[in-house]
Amino acid sequence: MKFGVVIFPGSNCDQDMIYVLETIMGQETERLWHKDEDLKGCDFIVLPGGFSYGDYLRSGAIARFSPIMKSVIEHANNGGYLMGVCNGFQVLCEAGLLPGTLLHNDNQKFICKNVHLQVVNEECLLTGNVDPEEPLKIPIAHGEGRYFINEEGLAQLKSNDQILFKYCNIDGKVSAEANPNGSLENIAGVCNKGKNVFGMMPHPERAADLNLLNVDVKLLFESLLA
Amino acid sequence: MEAVAEKKATLAQAQEMGLTKDEFEKIIEILGRVPNFTEVSIFSVMWSEHCSYKNSIIWLKKLPRDGDHLLVQAGEENAGLVDIGDGVGCCFKIESHNHPSAVEPYQGAATGVGGINRDIFTMGARPIAQLNSLRFGDITLDRTKWLIKGVVKGIGDYGNAFGIPVLGGELFFDPCYNTNPLVNAMSVGIMSKEDLISATSYGVGNPVFIVGSSTGKDGIHGATFASGDITEDSANDLPSVQVGDPFQEKLLMEASLELAKTDAIIGMQDMGAAGITCSTTEMSDKGGHGMRIDLDKVPTRQADMVPFEILLSESQERMLVVVKKGREDEVNAIFDKWDLNCVEIGEVTEGDQVKFYMNGELVADVPASHLVLGGGAPVYERESKEPAYFAESKKFDINSIAEPDSLKEVAEFLTGHYNIASKKWVTEQYDSMVGTVNMSTNNPSDAGIANLKDSNKAIAMTVDCNARFVYSDPEEGTAMAVAEAARNIVCSGGKPSAVTNCLNFGNPYNPEVFWQFSNAIMGMKKACEKFNTPVTGGNVSFYNQVVIDGKDEAVFPTPTIGMIGVIEDKKHITPLAFQEKGDLIYLLGDVVEDINSSEYLYSYHNVKLSPAPHFDLDKEALLQDTLLDLIKMDMIASAHDCADGGLYITLLEMAMVNGFGFDIITSSEVREDAFMFGESPSRVVVSISRDKEDLFLEIMEERRLSILLLGHVTQGKICVDEDQWAMVEDAKLIFDTSLEKMIV
Repeated sequence: MKFGVVIFPGSNCDQDMIYVLETIMGQETERLWHKDEDLKGCDFIVLPGGFSYGDYLRSGAIARFSPIMKSVIEHANNGGYLMGVCNGFQVLCEAGLLPGTLLHNDNQKFICKNVHLQVVNEECLLTGNVDPEEPLKIPIAHGEGRYFINEEGLAQLKSNDQILFKYCNIDGKVSAEANPNGSLENIAGVCNKGKNVFGMMPHPERAADLNLLNVDVKLLFESLLA
Repeated sequence: MEAVAEKKATLAQAQEMGLTKDEFEKIIEILGRVPNFTEVSIFSVMWSEHCSYKNSIIWLKKLPRDGDHLLVQAGEENAGLVDIGDGVGCCFKIESHNHPSAVEPYQGAATGVGGINRDIFTMGARPIAQLNSLRFGDITLDRTKWLIKGVVKGIGDYGNAFGIPVLGGELFFDPCYNTNPLVNAMSVGIMSKEDLISATSYGVGNPVFIVGSSTGKDGIHGATFASGDITEDSANDLPSVQVGDPFQEKLLMEASLELAKTDAIIGMQDMGAAGITCSTTEMSDKGGHGMRIDLDKVPTRQADMVPFEILLSESQERMLVVVKKGREDEVNAIFDKWDLNCVEIGEVTEGDQVKFYMNGELVADVPASHLVLGGGAPVYERESKEPAYFAESKKFDINSIAEPDSLKEVAEFLTGHYNIASKKWVTEQYDSMVGTVNMSTNNPSDAGIANLKDSNKAIAMTVDCNARFVYSDPEEGTAMAVAEAARNIVCSGGKPSAVTNCLNFGNPYNPEVFWQFSNAIMGMKKACEKFNTPVTGGNVSFYNQVVIDGKDEAVFPTPTIGMIGVIEDKKHITPLAFQEKGDLIYLLGDVVEDINSSEYLYSYHNVKLSPAPHFDLDKEALLQDTLLDLIKMDMIASAHDCADGGLYITLLEMAMVNGFGFDIITSSEVREDAFMFGESPSRVVVSISRDKEDLFLEIMEERRLSILLLGHVTQGKICVDEDQWAMVEDAKLIFDTSLEKMIV
C-alpha cells in the first residue's frame, strides 16, 4: 500500500505521521502539497493534525477548498482509502466526507493528555488487528474535539456500524468520567458508510514509537497492512 | 553631506522616550548635530535596558561564557548553540515577557512564545521543545486568576498551533508578584552544525529583504515600555503590546528552515524588540558594513505610517534577510511557496552608517556601531547596597518554631498547597506531545527529555529557580538554582551541558535591587563554573516592581535558570517514579536540621523571613557525580530531587505516578519536621532493586557521599515510623485537584 500525507499550511503533525508510516512501518510515503492536485498514485491518503490555514473561520473550514482536496474528495468518492486525524478529521467533516461535526470541548479549553479508546467497529480496514476487549492508550490534543451529530444521524451511524472508537477508562468502560471533551456518546472516531473514509480525534501517530513507551496504537497501522 | 529631514528634537522629547540628559548629549556628540525625532526614537530603543543591557552588562561579563562544546560565543548570535556530538547542534534560549503579560496576559504571553521560537529558527535550528517558568501573585485574588488564565491560554494557543511541545516548566505563587507576574519562555531546537545562519550583513550591493508579516502600529516603543516600572497608568501602554499570529510564525519557520538549506543568504535576524531598527543596526554592526533602507517599501498594515512608527513597530513574525546578489529569485520562490511577503527594502553599503529613507527623503542617518551593545551604547555601574532584611533574616532560630503535634496534618497541608500540588490544570492546556519527541509523557523524570530520532542520544532540559531562596540570600540562592537545574538533569540520566538565564529583578537604580542582582550573578558564576555549564545567553528583565505610596516594591529576585543536558545513551534515562513494590528507598546526601525558607516554614508557620538553606557546592558536585555514575552502572530504578515540600513530597511524587506507597523510618538525629519537610538542597531520593543492594553498598563505601536507608516501596500504603499517614490514592486526589479548585 502506498501512503500519501497531505501538507496544508499550518499542518503540524504531518512529519510525525510520515515518521511512523515511513520509518517505523517501513512504507512508501508521499508528501502531498496542498497547492498540487496530483495524488501521486497513493492508495491511502492521510490528512494530518495541526491548524490548517490557522484555523481561521473555523477548524478545517478553509482546508477543504484547497486544490489537493478536489483530488482527495474524488479519490474517496471512488472508494479510495482516506483518514483524517484531529484537524484532518475536522476537515473531513467540513467537506461532508464524514458525518457529524466537531465542537469546542465542553470545558472550553484545549486538552492534551493520554486517554483510552474502546474499539467499537472491529471489522474495518483500520481495526482488523485490534482486540476489542483491550482498551488502547492514546493521546488527544485539541480544543475542538466534541463530536456531535443529530439524532437521525446518530441512528444511521449505529445501524451502519460507523462508530469506530469511543472514549473509555483504563478498564475499557465507556463512562461520562472517561469522556474528555463532552463528545456525544463518547464518540472519538467514525467512518463513512462505505468504510473507506476514517476520522478520529486522538493521535495514532503519537502512540506507535517504542522510544515514547506507548505503542498501543501501532495495531491500527498494522491492521492497515495486514 | 546629505541633510536629514525633519526638525531637530528636544531634550524633553528624548526624556519622554526614557533617555537621560547625559544620553541625549552623547547622541549630539556622536552625530555631530542635534538628532531629529526619528533618530532620537532609534537611540531611545537601542539604548533601552532591553536592547543595550546598559545597567547589567558589566556584571554579565563576569559569568563563565566559554566551553569547548560551545559553537557560538555567548551573546554573539540570537541564541546559544551547543555541540552535542554527531554533527548536531542544540540551540536554546530563555526570554521574559513580563511587562506585556502584566497588561495583556493573553497576547503578552503568546508573543513571548513567538519571540523566543523565532530566536531559535532564525539561526537555522528547528525548535523541538519549549519550557516556561511562570510566577503569579496571591492565588486568591481575582487579578491573579485573570492573569494566569490569560497567560496559560496565550502560551497554549500560540504554541499548540505553532506545533512545538511543552516539555517542562515552573509555576509559583507569591504576593510579591501581584502586580508584576513573571512569564519566562524557553525554546530548544536542533540543527545540523553546517546549517547555522548568522545574524550578520556584509557585501556592498547585497539586497536586504523584509519577510513575513506586514508591519503595523503594534508594539511601538515596546522595548522602552519593558524598561520602566509598571504603574497604574500601564494600561495606557496597551498599544505597546504586540499581537501574535502563530499561523504566520509556522509558515515563517518552514520558509526560514528551507532558506537555511540553501547558501543564498548572508545573514538573517528576527525582528523582536525595536523591530527594523534593531535588526538593521545589529546586523550591520556585526558585519562591519552600512545599510540603506527605503521605509516606504516595507509592507504595512495601515496606510500613512510615519517613519518612526515603521522603524519601531514590534509587529510579530517578521525577519530581516540579507541575500547574496543574484540569488534573489531562489529566496523569492521559497517565500512564495509559503505565501509570505518577501520584499526588497534596501541594500548593504560601505561604511558604518545606516540610512533610512522615506519616499526618497533621508529621515534618519545613524552609525550602527554607536547604537549596539558592545559598541557605543552606554554602560553603567550602578550603586549597590545591602538591604536591611538580609541581616535580619539571619536571626531566625529553628528553636523558635514549635514542632506541630500532627505531622500527618502538615503532610496533607503541603500535598494540597498551590505551590506544590499538581500543575496539570496548566500543563494539560499545552500540547506536550506534538512532534513525537516527548519521552517523559509515559515515563516522567526530573527533567523533560526530548528524543533525538535516529540517534542513541536524547536531550534533557529544565527550568528552575527557588526565588524565595534567592531573596533570602541572592548569592547562595542563585547558586542553588543552578545546582537544582543540574541535579534535575543528572537525576534523569543526563550530563549538564550549558545554561541560559532569565534575570528578573526590580529597578536597577535602586541600590538594594542592584545588590541582589550583583550577588545573584556571583552565585551563578561560581555554580556554573563548578558544573562546567557556561552561560550561553538569555535576557535581563529589570523594573519588575510596582511603586506603592512612593516606595518600590520589587518582586523576589528571580534569576530563572534554563539548562540543557545530554543523555549519551537512552538506556540511562531514569524515571522519577517508583518501579516495583519492595524496592529499597535510599536518601543520597546529608541529613540536616534545616527548615530555612521552606514552604513548610513560610506557609504553615507563616514565617516570611528566614535565611536560605545551608548549601555547599562541593557536596552538591559530589552528589551529582556519584548519582550519574550509579545511573550509568544501572544501579538506580528511580531518582528524584528533594526540593519543594521536602522529603515527604519527594517520596509522594515518586509514589503517585504508578500508584505505589512507601514505608520509611525517620532519622533520630534531627527534628522530625525538619527531616520530613525541610528543603535543604543537595539531596536525592533513589529506589533500588533489592538484588542490587549489596553492590550498591559496596560502591558507596568508596564514596564520601552520605547515604541513609529510608525504607521500601509498598503497594499503596504511606507509612512513617510505623504510623500510617495516608493511602496513595487519597493523597493523589488532593495533589491532583487542589490547584484547579483554587483557580477556577
